[in-house]
Parts: sequence; C-alpha cells; structure tokens
Amino acid sequence: MSGKTLAEKIWDAHVVTKGVDGQPDLIYIDLHLVHEVTSPQAFDGLRQAGRPVRRLDLTIATEDHNTPTLEIDRPIKDPTSRIQIETLRANAAEFGVRIHSLGDIEQGIVHVVGPQLGLTMPGITVVCGDSHTSTHGAFGALAFGIGTSEVAHVLATQCLLQHKPKTFAINVEGELGFGVTAKDVILAIIAKNGAAGGTGYVFEYRGSAIRKMSMANRMTICNMSIEGGARAGMIAPDETTFEYIKGRPYAPKGEEWDRAVAYWRTLVSDAGAAFDRELTLDGSKLEPMVTYGTNPGQGVPVTGCIPMPDELDDAAQRRSLFSALEYMGLKPGQPMEGQPVDIVFIGSCTNGRIEDLREAAKLVQGKRVADSVQALVVPGSKAVKAQAEKEGLDRIFSEAGFEWRGAGCSMCLAMNEDKAGAGKYVASTSNRNFQGRQGPGARSLLMSPIMAAAAAVNGRVVDVRDMLN
Amino acid sequence: MEPIQKLTARAVPLRAENVDTDQIIPARFLTAVTKEGMGDGLFYSWRYTSEGEPKPDFMLNDPAYAGAEILIAGRNFGSGSSREHAVWALTDYGFRCVITPGFADIFYNNSLKNGLLLAPLPEDAVNMLLDLVEEDPTTVIEVDLERQTVTLPDGQEHHFEIDPFRKMCLLQGVDDLGYLQSKAEAVAVHEARSPY
Repeated sequence: MSGKTLAEKIWDAHVVTKGVDGQPDLIYIDLHLVHEVTSPQAFDGLRQAGRPVRRLDLTIATEDHNTPTLEIDRPIKDPTSRIQIETLRANAAEFGVRIHSLGDIEQGIVHVVGPQLGLTMPGITVVCGDSHTSTHGAFGALAFGIGTSEVAHVLATQCLLQHKPKTFAINVEGELGFGVTAKDVILAIIAKNGAAGGTGYVFEYRGSAIRKMSMANRMTICNMSIEGGARAGMIAPDETTFEYIKGRPYAPKGEEWDRAVAYWRTLVSDAGAAFDRELTLDGSKLEPMVTYGTNPGQGVPVTGCIPMPDELDDAAQRRSLFSALEYMGLKPGQPMEGQPVDIVFIGSCTNGRIEDLREAAKLVQGKRVADSVQALVVPGSKAVKAQAEKEGLDRIFSEAGFEWRGAGCSMCLAMNEDKAGAGKYVASTSNRNFQGRQGPGARSLLMSPIMAAAAAVNGRVVDVRDMLN
Repeated sequence: MEPIQKLTARAVPLRAENVDTDQIIPARFLTAVTKEGMGDGLFYSWRYTSEGEPKPDFMLNDPAYAGAEILIAGRNFGSGSSREHAVWALTDYGFRCVITPGFADIFYNNSLKNGLLLAPLPEDAVNMLLDLVEEDPTTVIEVDLERQTVTLPDGQEHHFEIDPFRKMCLLQGVDDLGYLQSKAEAVAVHEARSPY
C-alpha cells in the first residue's frame, strides 16, 4: 500500500501551481517571520518595485540577532547595529508589519517567539530569513530558512518557487538514559549522518524516544536539522503538540479549535508511506555529547575521545579533522572529559527556552561557577526571562555566579557585543561550532544545557551524569 | 541580475571542506542594510590577521590568483546560516562561478538568485581541478551553462546538473519575482481554500 509522508501531505496542501518538466512548484507560505539582519535589502526591493506586503496578517517581525543583552534601555552603542535595528522599525512602520521590538514583552529570538505566541501550528508552512526556521517543524509544520531574495518574494507574493524535497526518516527508539537530553540526540544524529547528510532532504523524526519528548525538546531536535544538512526537520503533531498550542494568543479558539485539531490529527506519515532514506538510532545507547571540531557533525560522547585520522573514511574527512583540530587547539585521540572551558553560554534558539533554563538551574543550585569561568544565561525571549524570574531561576543563576542577561541571539553568533575572545573555549548550548562563530578566534564546544551548567561549575568538560547521581 | 551564458576564466583553489557561510562572511559584517561592499568581508578571518594584515598564505592574497572569477572548493560548500550576504560577498569580490562536489541547499538557492553560477562536479574531478590550478594559476577554465559543462585546457569536459528553470533564469538574467507575480490569480484561489 502506498501512502504519503507528513512532509508530502503538507507540501501537496500548499502547491499553488505545480511545476512541469522539471520546474519547481509554486508553494504558499502561511507564516513569515522577519528579523533585522536578513530583511533590510528585501524591504528595499519592495520599495523600489512600489509593492506592498501581500499578507500583513501572516507576517511578523522581532528583533533578536543584533540586540544587546545588557543595558537594553540605552541606545545601542555600535552605530551600524543601531541603524540596522532602526531600519527594521522604520520598515515595519512603513509597510505595516507587526513588530516586537526590544523592550516589548514578546521580543526575543524569532524561533522562540513564534511558538510562544501560538503562531506556529501543525500543517502550516513557515519561512524566515534564518536557517534555524527548521525549529518550527517540531509542531508538524514544514518550516525552512530562506535567503533575502526569497524574503522579498514572500513579502510581495506570499509564495516561493521550490522543488519538493526528498524525505528522510530518522527513528529514535527506546528510552533515553539518565542525563541524556534532546540536544544529545540531535548531536548524535548529526555525528552519525554527517553535517551534509541531509542535503536535499526533509528529516522526519520518529520513534518512541521522540514521541515522549516535550515540545521544548522537539524544538531543540528540529532546530538543528540544518546542521545535519536538511533545510527542514519535522515531527508529527500529537496530544503533546495540541496541549502546548491550546490557549496561546494566536491559537484557534472554540469551534475552530476542534476543527483544527481534527485536521491536525491527519498529519502523520501514512503506514505505507515510503521515505527516500531512513536511519534508526537506539536512544538507550546514547550518551551526553560534546563537539570537538568546527562543524556540528564533529561530536563524540563525553566519555569518548577525538577520533584518530585513520578512523575516518576518506581524505576529505581527514583534512577536515586536521584543520578543525588546528583551529580548536586540540589533538587527535584526546579525551573530551577534562577539557578546560573559559566561557559558558546557555541560551539560543536551540536551548534558550524555559525548560532548558529550569534544567540548568536545577543543576547549579547551591553551587558556584568555577573562578576561571565567565558564565552567561541568555533567555530565548523576554517572556522566557519573565517566567524564569517568576520562578526564581534568575536568583539561582546569579547566586551561582552566572550573568543573567536580556533576551536575544547573543553569543550564539556574536553579532552583538557578546563575543568570546580569541582562543577561548566556550561550552555552549547553541547550534554551531564554526570557526569564529562565537567571536573571532573563539572555540566552541556544543553540548546540552545541563552539560554546559556542569562545565561552568567544574571549569572543564565533565560527564554531567556524575553530578546527577 | 546579469545574464550568464559562458564563462572563460582563471580559478582560485580553496582546499577546504564544509566552508560555512560564517567563513564566507563573518556575522560582524551582517549589520549592513545594503548589499554594497560585501566583498571586503569575504573570507575575512582567513584573509586577514586580527590586526587586519593580509595573511600571505591564503589563496585570495596570492597575486597569482588576482582577478580569478571561479572559486573551486571542497564538499558541502555554503553550509550553515541562510545569510545571502555570503553570495553578495562572493559576487561583489568578483566571483561568477563556484565549483565544488556539493553545495548546501539554502546557499544553492541564494546563489542562483544572484547570478552566481554553481557547478557541482564529482569529487575526483574537483580534486583534479584543484591540483591543476594550484600547480598553474594561469589555467583557464571554461564553464558553459547552456551545455552544462566545465572544460579544462586539454579539452577534458565534465558535465554538471542544474534545474532547468534556474538555468533559464540565469541564461536570461531574470529573477523569480516576475514569474511569481504572473501567478496572482492562482494564489488568490489557494488563499480562498481552508485546510479544515
């Protein structure tokens, strides 16, 4: 029996005109998220063409990439950053786009804000000029990052020309071990399948380990699909999804809610659906992960060692390993446990949600950040920050010696003033360990929030399970 | 966007895998609100020391490769961030074509929308090209979009794949917007439908 995958169902429901003879399909976009970095040139294009934004009701902007996390009520010091933020505000005002600016309670990282407001829903298409748009796939949406040209196209026409992606099932079965989190699952998937293993595909994460996860954890998984090469990653919606969405500001209400849920329940891959590729992981065998290199596929279990060149498949991988280790100041065969860290960053669209902060706070409660370490907590949104403060998490972090900052992307990409110095090792809950990502010359070690919290307390990479026991 | 049919040019070898868009243009150059001058930040951390001095061992700083319009690199080129600034940096610097064994999806889309031709070739062919231009920087390579071929000085020819719609856009120098606007009626019909 044949059937459709989740991705195919959503795709087919959004085809406006089907491409013939190898041409791309024209697909409709239900939600367009906008931020300051990838939109100014797109609004310029609209202005030059004398066109309005086609669907203001499907477009929403926030400020995140470039915003300061300290003294947010003062003018932004860096003049070009300030101009970029002011440009977004001016464009939003001119075109009539809703915007959540710095200071607004709904301001924050675009991928934290969308779900928080109930804008992200099953079955919709979501785009944003940001590769971590894949986050929204956690709700059973088809969500992917686009460039600025496509931002302009969506603003003007609400459509995109796209080829239907191939489908890739990633099954994670079994019970995750103690201290093993969603972040470890996705880092393990990418380590296994490679940073380019998903190029041309949409991932669908399935299996008992995924089904058990909270929405926050599912978002962590889908968020990093792009680090595995896939523009989109998704998880079929279920009761956990509906429960999360219900009652949020933009969620359907009353009778519309019932109709929506009835439709959402159909959004699963059919039993007979064929995926182009498939990968299965035994969740019970996974361990806390940490990256050692300069792409997110270069990761190992915390109890493991950096690979030796002769363990790798080919010359290109060996070259990649050597250049990564030269940059990172690490050696082949070196154990990851015990690696000193200088900075700890807890935040980002991967791990900046309230659940992430709760887990990290639980671990650091009553402990102290090591003297040699600067540790930052940057909530993913203003609302996450407010909630954390209501729960007293800010005090736990502050008393432990963490800096409690304002919401935004911050040191995940170091566009604002939150930069790690050259040569510094950063234990980071973010998504990319690229060269210079967290500041020129900075060396990122990606890990889960509890692993990062444990690194902060110990001043080095440790196996968090030893602290949880 | 400038039409591109055939390119006969010299090439720069960049022997690196997973060249992510943070390397192509670091985030600190993304605060610009226009596309102009983005080439100054191209491969900034590889091109310059922390004091802003050119690093002599980086290929773009080698005078032998000055004026080359083709970039040759390793697999998974353009991974990471969706920043179209990476493409603007490459084109502003003067590149018109990139040849690698494979490109990341978002970078691929962004490039073709800006008239930057991408030619994916088998890894063996790319390695051979890298050897060739490393050995002789004056090597001239011909990239023919109409025929979808990369031709070496000795006449050796390699075929590359490109989607027919994107090929047409590049050959004519047109962008999607006109096509998208011509579909306004179908869009309105779609908008009138509800999924539930």
